[in-house]
Amino acid sequence: MDELFGIPLPLLFGQLLLGLINGAFYAMLSLGLAVIFGLLNVINFTHGAQFMMGAFAAWMLLNWFGVNYWFALILVPIIIGATGIVLEKLMISRLYKLDHLYGLLLTFGIGLVIEGVFRNEFGSSGLPYRIPPELSGAWDLGFMFMPVYRGWVVVFAAAVCLATWLVIEKTSLGANLRAATENPALVQAFGINVPRMVTLTYGAGVALAALGGVLAAPIYSVNPQMGSNLIIVVFAVVVIGGMGSILGSVITGFGLGIVEGLTKVFYPEASATVIFVIMIIVLLARPAGLFGRTA
Amino acid sequence: MDRRSLIAGAAILGAAPLARARAQAANTVKIGVLNDQSGTYRDISGPNAVACARQAVADFGPRGFNVEIVFADHQNRPDVGANIARQWIDRDGVDVLLDVTTSSVALAVNDICREKNKVHINSTAATSDLTGARCAPTTVHWTYDTYMLAKSTGGAMVRAGGDSWFFITADYAFGHALERDTGEFVRQAGGRVLNAVRTPFPGTTDFSAFLVQAQASRCKVIGLANAGSDTTNCIKQAAEFGITRRGVKLAALLMLIPDVHALGLETAQGLVCSETFYWDLNDRTRAFSNRVAPTLGGMRPASTQAGCYAGVLHYLKAVQDMGVPAAKASGIEAVNRMKAMPTEDDCFGAGSIRADGRKIHPSYLFEVKAPAESRAPWDYYKLLQTTPAEEAFRPLAAGGCPLIRS
Repeated sequence: MDELFGIPLPLLFGQLLLGLINGAFYAMLSLGLAVIFGLLNVINFTHGAQFMMGAFAAWMLLNWFGVNYWFALILVPIIIGATGIVLEKLMISRLYKLDHLYGLLLTFGIGLVIEGVFRNEFGSSGLPYRIPPELSGAWDLGFMFMPVYRGWVVVFAAAVCLATWLVIEKTSLGANLRAATENPALVQAFGINVPRMVTLTYGAGVALAALGGVLAAPIYSVNPQMGSNLIIVVFAVVVIGGMGSILGSVITGFGLGIVEGLTKVFYPEASATVIFVIMIIVLLARPAGLFGRTA
Repeated sequence: MDRRSLIAGAAILGAAPLARARAQAANTVKIGVLNDQSGTYRDISGPNAVACARQAVADFGPRGFNVEIVFADHQNRPDVGANIARQWIDRDGVDVLLDVTTSSVALAVNDICREKNKVHINSTAATSDLTGARCAPTTVHWTYDTYMLAKSTGGAMVRAGGDSWFFITADYAFGHALERDTGEFVRQAGGRVLNAVRTPFPGTTDFSAFLVQAQASRCKVIGLANAGSDTTNCIKQAAEFGITRRGVKLAALLMLIPDVHALGLETAQGLVCSETFYWDLNDRTRAFSNRVAPTLGGMRPASTQAGCYAGVLHYLKAVQDMGVPAAKASGIEAVNRMKAMPTEDDCFGAGSIRADGRKIHPSYLFEVKAPAESRAPWDYYKLLQTTPAEEAFRPLAAGGCPLIRS
């Protein structure tokens, strides 16, 4: 059998593919963070809790209202996005004039509160959520069995990332957004309602997190700490990609998923730390991140 | 009355409540439940373990001394757990440390209790080292341990033809102990351990990479030497990758009823697991579960929580027998008294505590029911096999506990 560094090639291909799938989650979550940071200058530490709320909302819709996975994919981002809008209006919008630190502390605290409430209500061991029947089963790729659902996750997440990038880079709405990032006062002078745009952007970032939660519900245990497990890694992804860089966060998300996947083959004990090692190296070499502009 | 006696009188009056409080404290045993209140092991320990400890105090009834229960969250971190334990003992006068989930924390607390001569009744940590190389005269290990789990679940898998194993192991004291103890049974039965991967704990959510590696090794059994959401994530993802459909068996070496509840019977059906308590085992366990149910927030007690109940109940009997001052003065003496008395409770029936601190009772091998077989909420297990108390745990001489040699 062909081998590379003592690892059979088919196994290596399998791991690359699995890494890519995890990378899809990292990309989607870090994309939301990057969009929010780019426009609001707020480091949204509630993101993990919002991802978790997305998964729980999918579970509630299914078990309490009989709404299936496909409708949940549409409804959950809207519902959780709306809670994000309320949160932005009521609290976060009051902090824009202050230092980054305040926004970070506020969102971190809110995240803890949300997690605590869900833990009190649902316990820590989690809830079952089945893979939708249309996507169950697996393909035989020769070197491994690929569950249909994981394939769907990669394709769907890549499509969402691409769509977000297109909206921001290629439409007039995106142009307004980017302009507002550079100089909000001037954009407002052109008659564009910047505060409303900011609110909607936060809602959209939260909706992306919630969408990630729905995608994750069938494969990860739906439990209150599912977000906090992932969010630290996702922050590292954003930092490596360059704070606020849309393209950077997407590419880094997929890339780091693959690196992590390979670590799981060669030295599994380090698979939780490898991303942070990379983060340190990147910060030393390029403090603004791989795709960030130096301030 | 002159001024001096007035002042003296006032001082005595002022000191009276203090003296009363001190007398009160001298007649109170204080039990500290130290476990995971917020993380992955919350549902197998957490607030429901505290509720079960309180139930024990209520069932014991007023017997001329007071029992106070406090609890704290160690966040599964040995440093945090050790700090709380020291503070409780040095400053707050805690006499018993109860539950102490997570083997790495339990081993740290074990050393502190030995050093400070306080009682450590462990229910949820699984490492068999607590009654082996690291055993202490102040420790009682109640519910289960890695040896018992390995023997019951691992032994059953090997007997069913699973002679080649691949371990997915949580990378800390508990996972290592469970992998070691299970591997021993596999090899004794003539089987082989092909490989083991150590997964970071906590913080691993995606196990598919490890499951695919296991599958590539062509093993017959994947041994899950982990617990809580690590185990449920592994089982969920193994089903997703169709691993069990292609004939590879999963050995969930530590799976408790909240984990089955989290997976749902659809995914969990057919898995086997070992416990020493199940709420629906007999009339006494059902009676206990019904008594405690209103305080558990819709859950059923897990075996680990039942262990907290039974441990507290037995400790209180020992305290009554030897008197509060003697029990508070020496943890070793209190534990010696617990070892001298036979145990008797609704959860585990009649039993005993061995010289190395190991609580002895039967263990049960269960199979998770299919959804169609389950007739009521939490009706999850069918009993496959009972291992009698004398055979369920590691033989006294084999553990290497220094208490036994001397």
